[in-house]
Amino acid sequence: MGDLGYIAPEIILLIGGLFIFCLDLAYDPGVGKKSGLSYMALSALFLTAALVAAVLQLNISDPEAGPKVAYSMMTIDNFGSFIKVTIFSGMILTTIAGGRYMNRRSGNQGEFWTFFLMVSLAMSIAVSANNLVLVYLAIEFLSITSYMLAGFLRENRRSNEAGLKYFLYGSIASAVMLYGISLLYGATGSLYLHDIAASFSEIVGESTEVSGLAFAALPAMLLILAGLGFKASLAPFYQWAPDTYDGSPTPVATYLSTASKAAAFAVLARFFIVAMASFEVNWVPVLAAFSIITMTMGNLAALRQSSVKRMIAYSSVAQAGYILMGLVAVTSSSPSAMDGLNGVLLYLFAYLFTNVGAFLVVMALEETVDSTHISAYRGLIMRAPWLAVMFTVFLLSLTGIPLTGGFFGKFYVFGAAIQRQYFWLAGIGMINAGIAAFYYLRVVRTMFFTSEGEGETLDVPMALQTSLLICTIVTIWIGVYPSAVLDWVSNASVQLLSVVP
Amino acid sequence: MESPDSIVLTILLFWPLVSALLVILLGSSDSLIKKGSIWASLLPLGLSIYLLFAYDSDMGGMQFEQFAKWIPQLNAGYHLGVDGLSIPLIFLTTLLSTLSLYYSAGVINERVKEYFFLMHLLEFSMIGVFLALDYVLFYVFWEISLVPMYFLIGIWGGENRGYAATKFFIYTLVGSVAMLLAILGVYFATGTFDIVEAAAAQPFAGNLTLASLAFWGFFLGFAFKVPSFPFHTWLPDAHTEAPTAGSVILAGVLLKLGAYGMLRIMLPSFPEASVYWATWIVGLGAIAIVYGAFVCVAQTDLKRLIAYSSVSHMGYVMLGIGAAAAVMTPDALAGAVNRFGLTPEAIQDSAAMALNGAALQMFNHGIITGALFFLVGIIYERAHTRDLARFGGLATKTPHFYGLMLTAAFASLGLPGLAGFWAELFTFRGAFAIMPYWAAFGTIGIVITAVYILYRIIQNVFLGEYDPSKLPHWTTVQGEHADGPTDMVGFEKVTMWPLIAAMFLIGIYPTPLVSYFNQSARELLAFVQNLV
Repeated sequence: MGDLGYIAPEIILLIGGLFIFCLDLAYDPGVGKKSGLSYMALSALFLTAALVAAVLQLNISDPEAGPKVAYSMMTIDNFGSFIKVTIFSGMILTTIAGGRYMNRRSGNQGEFWTFFLMVSLAMSIAVSANNLVLVYLAIEFLSITSYMLAGFLRENRRSNEAGLKYFLYGSIASAVMLYGISLLYGATGSLYLHDIAASFSEIVGESTEVSGLAFAALPAMLLILAGLGFKASLAPFYQWAPDTYDGSPTPVATYLSTASKAAAFAVLARFFIVAMASFEVNWVPVLAAFSIITMTMGNLAALRQSSVKRMIAYSSVAQAGYILMGLVAVTSSSPSAMDGLNGVLLYLFAYLFTNVGAFLVVMALEETVDSTHISAYRGLIMRAPWLAVMFTVFLLSLTGIPLTGGFFGKFYVFGAAIQRQYFWLAGIGMINAGIAAFYYLRVVRTMFFTSEGEGETLDVPMALQTSLLICTIVTIWIGVYPSAVLDWVSNASVQLLSVVP
Repeated sequence: MESPDSIVLTILLFWPLVSALLVILLGSSDSLIKKGSIWASLLPLGLSIYLLFAYDSDMGGMQFEQFAKWIPQLNAGYHLGVDGLSIPLIFLTTLLSTLSLYYSAGVINERVKEYFFLMHLLEFSMIGVFLALDYVLFYVFWEISLVPMYFLIGIWGGENRGYAATKFFIYTLVGSVAMLLAILGVYFATGTFDIVEAAAAQPFAGNLTLASLAFWGFFLGFAFKVPSFPFHTWLPDAHTEAPTAGSVILAGVLLKLGAYGMLRIMLPSFPEASVYWATWIVGLGAIAIVYGAFVCVAQTDLKRLIAYSSVSHMGYVMLGIGAAAAVMTPDALAGAVNRFGLTPEAIQDSAAMALNGAALQMFNHGIITGALFFLVGIIYERAHTRDLARFGGLATKTPHFYGLMLTAAFASLGLPGLAGFWAELFTFRGAFAIMPYWAAFGTIGIVITAVYILYRIIQNVFLGEYDPSKLPHWTTVQGEHADGPTDMVGFEKVTMWPLIAAMFLIGIYPTPLVSYFNQSARELLAFVQNLV
């Protein structure tokens, strides 16, 4: 098997995508409505197979062993595999829950699920890529499939707007990133992250004066950050996000705000930690500024929303700011238990299940009362008590209240910031937690503080409930007993940090 | 080795959680939930009484300790333990919880299942804070105590409940996050989350800037909860809107968590910063006493008045804690010696006395204000208003109610023979030797307290001629129409009498209770003196 075995998850997803595509071609389009759910089941199956493959690649027993390299372009390490496990879990949960939703809104189910697997494939490649061209291709692949998925409901003008907006911003961001990559290539003569790192450490290490070529590194870094920051919806590149999340079909919005963001952060982390290690003093303040702006802008905008879907969209922008805080506080020299990279990974893992859950609740309300407006949530506790309780768990997790995964995520990123003595950064994070609590609680308040709607019941589809239940259980499990996840997380980050020259 | 004592704290802690789950799973009818909840809450109450007797005060220190691994990666564990400070407060918690459940069974008829679930959850979290000896565990319980209280205020509260609940949650949350940052700072300085070990390692010793940062992080967390002036603005709203039992628990126990945290964490962990900032704590405490009392006089809503009286009374706690903090280190002690020509021993005695006063005030305030909030609830169930202008002359109409209110109000005022007196005496006696000017300033509050208790409550509500035109619509406690105010009924009397009895008991013979507090106060002072 050799190299082929290392990219098993990607191969499974590719086969799955093509399989559904061919099946769809072979089938009579007239039965499309019925076959939607079977396509959904197929995608879930392939995603699960990919998840199993990624789990098998996690090398828990021997974290000190070096990463494997497949076809010289992809690094298969615990870091990438952990992110893949996270991403695939999110995609599976979204798939199971979103089948009926998509089936009722669109006839082209085969197409949709093909793209869905292709998006997963793109993310999977992106998190492992160690060559900037492959990074660019994967991100571009991810973007183009995402544009199509966001605008998938062709008759729906909001969905069209979502797709178009995403495309317009995205294409510029890609171009900017590509320019940054070309600058790096010009400066170092290589596209491999390790080689770039090595050349820079030579240039920076040899003389006290920074030589000419290293000057290219800083603009290149900013340009690449702009491209990736767009995918991770960092301020000031986030303007597309609320409109796109709001207008896209909810399953698409779900993965855009979770899995896709996790992939972007993985690429960011790999790029900055591996390739840009020599310039840590330069990128730390830049990322810190981005972190502060992102969380503050996201939270302030979320305060004013009356659509719950849009509110969660803005909140997920703010959450990206917290995750970035972990990256700011990475201590590449001496990894400790509360390292910033651990914080990023733990936060991403907890955030994924929480935010997928939150979007699934939105989906449940769309399915039953066909509204995302906050007034649709009035007295939800009376109509669908478990839905309200689960949503509360997710909202508390997003706020960062203990016994939920979100708490330990915040605990770790704040911890990393304190460890590096970035007290001001932690302080701004603290104020933001207070602001965020306000709008999360507004939803809780709407759901619980009134007895309206007593006697009615909402009929939430079984598959959706199953996904929601899994999200809730994982969220609480991380909150109550994070030990197991912490082991995976620290194995993952140790391997990435160990390759830093 | 495996005696029942080794798991008594775990049972005490988790039984309320089990009760909460049982309410959800087995609560098929409202009356079953109510009866079951009351019976279930007797176990923690019994265990806390057992702890009162089983605690070996000759040995002192932490007892009944429990260790288990929880998050080994972070060196954070499941570490529980009790000492002379926490045992009486746990008793207070379980007592008020049981009484609240019993009282609520009589007046809560809407969404009963959720209500009793939340009450048990609240008890779980409060006991957890008093038991936890690990920062992560402490913080977890500290934060989750917010959630049930938020729902209790928000669902069963008054008209403006949404606003009050949110304000309560966000204010306390901001304070808590500040504390979280300080906890993380302590962790990185000492490498452990264990509260006792971390205090012994003296984080940031010698670095006053960092120690002060951590000190203020914790202080913000605790001050929002106490609440200390100027962080108190959430309290009147939360209290006014909360259902009766919610107010009782809020005033009786939740406010104590903040003061408990100061004694358990801030003073032993940051003695130098405590000495440095002691004047601030004392000042804020004294201002709270006077300011709170003045604001009380201006209130027109009976419940809001009692709420502000909490601000004032918790000021005594701050005053006592701050005064003791000022002379904790040997240097500070030496500096204070020449004042009044006192010996170091006398100053230490004063510090211990101030701490005893603060701790006793915590306990007494729980009993007294808990009782006052119950009484406000009792009258509100009948009058459906708390507007002081609409009451008057109730003494003759509701003699039993009048008698109990009189007792509780006088206890709150500090009448000798009732519980409140000793706490005030100890606090001011202790503080006067250390910070005479602030203590003298604080005594203004005592006078004003007499004004609002005697004038606003007793005279306004009970004395004078009863005028039916002031408030034409009265109901019985069951909500049926009544021609005028009706006196307390059975379940209300049963709720009240244990609290009234405690006021007399502590007022006449405070020694047993004070001996618990004195034990831990002496230990705290000796701990710091030996370390620095």
